[in-house]
Amino acid sequence: MNLRRDVFQALADPTRRAILLLLVASPAMTAGAIASNFDTARPTVSKHLQILTACELLHQAQNGREVHYHLNPQKMKEIGDFIEPFRKMWEDRFDKLETIMKKYPSKK
Amino acid sequence: MEQKTKIHAEDGKQELEITREFDLPLELLFKAHIDPGIVAQVMGTKVLKLESKKHGSYQLETKDSKGNVIFRANGVIHEFDPNKKITRTFEMENTPFGVQLEIYEFEPLTGGASKLTMHVIYESVAQRDQVLKLPFAQGINMAHNRIQEIAGKLK
Repeated sequence: MNLRRDVFQALADPTRRAILLLLVASPAMTAGAIASNFDTARPTVSKHLQILTACELLHQAQNGREVHYHLNPQKMKEIGDFIEPFRKMWEDRFDKLETIMKKYPSKK
Repeated sequence: MEQKTKIHAEDGKQELEITREFDLPLELLFKAHIDPGIVAQVMGTKVLKLESKKHGSYQLETKDSKGNVIFRANGVIHEFDPNKKITRTFEMENTPFGVQLEIYEFEPLTGGASKLTMHVIYESVAQRDQVLKLPFAQGINMAHNRIQEIAGKLK
């Protein structure tokens, strides 16, 4: 679903904002280490990590048997830029236009 | 990944430029801007009227499932040069954004691709900045609504 990958949805949640702050303080953490900072149940924290990863605010990196989470600085920068949602709106519109028109000649 | 759609908006100016290269021949890119059926699909709105000619005008409208009008826009076409250029006004009704002037320029690129440059001029710097911030604000509202919706289900 589109909404799930929306950066703004990700940021609207206080736990998710806290996770991002944690990862600013210590750049690579496992899900377990992140969860230990919260009273929330472990699966809830996993869900938050999933959402943050889906909208590319976090990266996962395999490190031996462990998976470490990192911030994605590129994406964090995008949020600082208020024009990005406006650009994204046009990008989505133009992508749609391209998809529709690529099918166009065969419909005739 | 390089961004396909670029926005150029200088601080303190009442205009902006949107550019995009399409993997489409020029004729198809142009057609997508003048065919009412295609415009409706791309914009996700109803096209009440679209006269693609000099002195022509257009009207767009979107209603929600209850039949309330949630978006209505209109404008007049000033310049119409097939496969090259469209100059038109655009006004979103019942909003404080005023009337904007839009200059669309269409160019062929090599290998069957094409490029669109949109030059948009607003009445004031403040209005341009408001329009730029609109999707940002909507993004935040949407996120809050979604959180409320989820929180509501948990009760």
